[in-house]
Amino acid sequence: MIIFGRRIPMIFALLIWLLVWEAIGRAELLFLIPPFADVVRAMFKLLATGKFYQAVSVSFIAFSTGMMISISIGIPLGILMGRVRFIDELLGMWVNVFVSAPLTAIVPALMVLTGFGQTTVIVTVILFSVWIITLDTRAGVRNINPSLLEMGRSFGANKLQLYTKVIFKAALPEILAGLRLGLIRGVRGVIVGQLLIAIIGLGELFELYSRSFLMDRFWALVIMIFLFAYMISEAVNHLEKRIEFWASTR
Amino acid sequence: MQANTIQNRPIIEVKELSKTYPGRVEALRNVNLSIPRGQLTTLLGPSGCGKTTLLKIIAGLLNKTEGNVFINGQPVNGPGPERAFVFQDFALLPWCTVLRNVAFGLELRGVPGKQRNEIAMKYIDEVGLTGFEKAYPYELSGGMRQRVGLARALAVDAEILLMDEPFASVDEQTRRKFQEDLLNLLKIEKKTVVFVTHSIEEAVYVSDQVALLGPRPGRIMRVINTRLDHAENVEDIRRDQRYLNLVEDLWQILRQYLI
Repeated sequence: MIIFGRRIPMIFALLIWLLVWEAIGRAELLFLIPPFADVVRAMFKLLATGKFYQAVSVSFIAFSTGMMISISIGIPLGILMGRVRFIDELLGMWVNVFVSAPLTAIVPALMVLTGFGQTTVIVTVILFSVWIITLDTRAGVRNINPSLLEMGRSFGANKLQLYTKVIFKAALPEILAGLRLGLIRGVRGVIVGQLLIAIIGLGELFELYSRSFLMDRFWALVIMIFLFAYMISEAVNHLEKRIEFWASTR
Repeated sequence: MQANTIQNRPIIEVKELSKTYPGRVEALRNVNLSIPRGQLTTLLGPSGCGKTTLLKIIAGLLNKTEGNVFINGQPVNGPGPERAFVFQDFALLPWCTVLRNVAFGLELRGVPGKQRNEIAMKYIDEVGLTGFEKAYPYELSGGMRQRVGLARALAVDAEILLMDEPFASVDEQTRRKFQEDLLNLLKIEKKTVVFVTHSIEEAVYVSDQVALLGPRPGRIMRVINTRLDHAENVEDIRRDQRYLNLVEDLWQILRQYLI
């Protein structure tokens, strides 16, 4: 950011917005927006309660279980779709529908199948994240230079070696991009699942705070979930940077 | 006596080979060709004459429609360890160092790490890339990348090198140097080479035998023995009157096929 010809670190933009928030809060313009200082105070209070950790652990288990299933279905499925024309034609339509469908609308219907508990939340996480992982993996496999595959075959790679030593590695940049998007969507899936059906975990806290107008705690929770999603995204970003040196020159 | 017959027999025999791509594009029609052991044979022709198709069928990377290819008397049903391929676009693994790329064929065969690195280092040295073994392909020029591709093909110790327009993507000076280095290298490494190119000068310069292909559908028009002595100093070949005459003769034949 450049103001009056001086370079100012980007963090100042954040500071300005926090000041605006604080001002609106102090002026009591909207009861929805308490002063930012109150939100920070609420955050520390939350971090000191056992109920919060209980909620976090319930949510985190749902998230990580869902993501593990999502990844172990999404990546192989994407590779298969990228390689086998028949499978691509059979499933391509559905993957494309689901990746852009308003999934939140479908979630309540899951109740019928999976009930009100943790299972539904896990299924929601999978439903939110698996499609983008599949699609990006497929795109990565489709992008592979055909002569790399010929090279593998001509130097005697068997099927397994071709998939592990050539295809998977060559598609890795797209797979990681899909993984990053999938993880962020998965975070959304946990919250949506816990809010709409199974009122447990962080969703339950959200429900409680917004119903009783505890807006400082509500925002504290929003910020912490945002930070969590941001950290996951940065972690994958870190992996992407490690392969960027060759990914950008393919 | 028995050994002698095997030695004299062509290492590669292409018999009545035809290839039609899906959509009825006829790439090759009734191709017959013998490739003598220990020599460099060029497949020369204009683009679209099916020379790369022929090379990839010999490599076992493409299926034939009719006819057969025999290597040491055995019909080709896929890639095999007696053949190694050098790709026009190098086909290096961009996430691997030069060393790992050169050793890749050995890695696929399950040669233990230490041993395959030793072999790879020998060939990195032979193609003149000593000191670059830890570099990644993106750090190398086109010519150097193709040297990696060549070292990889040499490292698996195949009898036959199949080279698909190996110098097409490098600049003129680099190409000339590379051609000279290839001839010098082949004096040490006794290989049979099948070399695809569309450059008449290149074909005459590197070859013992040139197979001229005509376009649409591809077929062999003529096979010419260059009778150039590649054991001589490689830098003298370009001044050899026989080299100059052959370049001109081949051009006179090939120009008929151009519109």
